[in-house]
Amino acid sequence: MTKPSWFNRLSILFGLAFLYLPIVVLVIYSFNGSKLVTVWGGFSTQWYATVLNNPSIIEGAKVSFLVAAISATAATILGTLAAVVMVRLRRFRGRALLNGMLLAPMVMPEVVMAVSMLLMFVTLGIDRGPLTITLAHTTFTLCFATVVLQSRLVELDPSLEEAARDLGCPPAKAFVSVALPNMIPAIVSAWLLSFTLSLDDLVISSFTTGPGASTLPMKIYSQIKFGVTPEINAISTIILGIVVLGLVAAQLVSRRSEQRVSAAA
Amino acid sequence: MLMAATPSTKTNWGKRLLIAIPYAWLLVLFLAPFALVAGISLSTVRLGMPPFEPLTAWDGSILNLRLNFENFLYVLTDDTYLLAYLTSLKIAAISTAATLFIAYPLAYGIASCSPSSRSLLVFLVIVPFWSSMLIRVYSWMSILRNDGLLNALLLKIGLISEPLRILNTETAIYIGIIYTYLPFMVLPIYSNLSSADRTLIEAARDLGCSRISAFWRVTFPLSLPGVLAGCALVFIPVVGEFVIPDLLGGADTQMIGRAIWLEFFNNRDWPMAAAVTIVLLALLVVPIVYFQSRQSREKT
Repeated sequence: MTKPSWFNRLSILFGLAFLYLPIVVLVIYSFNGSKLVTVWGGFSTQWYATVLNNPSIIEGAKVSFLVAAISATAATILGTLAAVVMVRLRRFRGRALLNGMLLAPMVMPEVVMAVSMLLMFVTLGIDRGPLTITLAHTTFTLCFATVVLQSRLVELDPSLEEAARDLGCPPAKAFVSVALPNMIPAIVSAWLLSFTLSLDDLVISSFTTGPGASTLPMKIYSQIKFGVTPEINAISTIILGIVVLGLVAAQLVSRRSEQRVSAAA
Repeated sequence: MLMAATPSTKTNWGKRLLIAIPYAWLLVLFLAPFALVAGISLSTVRLGMPPFEPLTAWDGSILNLRLNFENFLYVLTDDTYLLAYLTSLKIAAISTAATLFIAYPLAYGIASCSPSSRSLLVFLVIVPFWSSMLIRVYSWMSILRNDGLLNALLLKIGLISEPLRILNTETAIYIGIIYTYLPFMVLPIYSNLSSADRTLIEAARDLGCSRISAFWRVTFPLSLPGVLAGCALVFIPVVGEFVIPDLLGGADTQMIGRAIWLEFFNNRDWPMAAAVTIVLLALLVVPIVYFQSRQSREKT
């Protein structure tokens, strides 16, 4: 199409400004020397020092990262299986139910899933803590991972795999050695998406945890509830930095592998 | 399709195992829990752990099944819960419309750019979605408070003479929801618009349609599936939203997600909370089923 009109430019500008305003405010105020959140007291990195010396925050961050890493890995593995089932095995009994269970968590209010998981763990008599948070996070991120992997698997050209099978490769091996390498960008982004969703979750973690295991969002939430502290800006900026780095890295990985694929073709 | 063509017994077993793994996980950790919520909503609250009575009792020779419908009667007749459901639906409806109003021009603008700047702009829209929602809502708190940035700015340019009270009002909830859910609306609309057939618009223009009427008569109707997907992705989660009304809203604006949270953690009445959840689920199943059936009809 032709160059974007002034109206299109304006709506892009307005939309992006709106999206980035709170993030910019947050980052700027994380370097604020004043104790008051809304008064500018000169440039300072004191809040970063406070965060790094706060054992409760560090403990929460450890729990969060551990839970996010394990559940993202489990969700990506299960999601790959689910994507293969949904894309490659078109017909089996109960396909509609599986599809429904894979899509429902995406639109279900978090609080509904949180309540149901809590009641499940209580009924089974499983002690609530990092394990139950991880199980719950794996379940709710699984559907997001599956959607990402499914859309990649649909795009994949089946003729390469067919060629491998014509040459005598068993189907499972053909999948692992031909299709799977081509799915690496999708696997990376499915993992990252699951990881960030888990890292960010407050509601499901609060319902599925027990005494003693608090994730970072739970600690941040209680700090916000019981008085605003400028520390939060610093924690937020650190998390933001990690997420942006991860995203840029994922973008580079997928671009490079795309280039490799197109160079090979 | 590849494997279905060769139904040998060996691949059949592998296939069954493959299907069974994600199936088993979701049955145990997703579907069964819902059945439990339904069951416990019919139980009676008690002190202790778990804080509800079992539904069945065995007294030597008789199996008693006790179903307590009081929670549902209470939810459906009590003013606070009815009001919370209605408030949630109202806030979800208005903010979905407002989000659409901001998201459509943005998605349209991005779709009209060159392919290389498109992917950069989509990336920029996605970045906030990947970063913590709790943190971004918190940032709005410091923008909207009485001595916050927005009021400071408005006072400075002389638009207002005393600070506006925005934080802890319904307006703040709307701002927070529109902000948080904007990417969920932009992305489906964008992907619909960017895959749209441009020749149809050119044809309309060739036949004498003005730019604006070509948009309303061709582009917009064709983008409706994207609009509908975006609306569903915003409306349904917003109805049960907890963080935004809790942090930005006031005590007088009670949304249902927050009511469930309070019932669980403050009142510790789990059967009641389960009943409130079941009614919320029932409210949402209607649009979900409608949306699903519409989608599958479009596919065929």
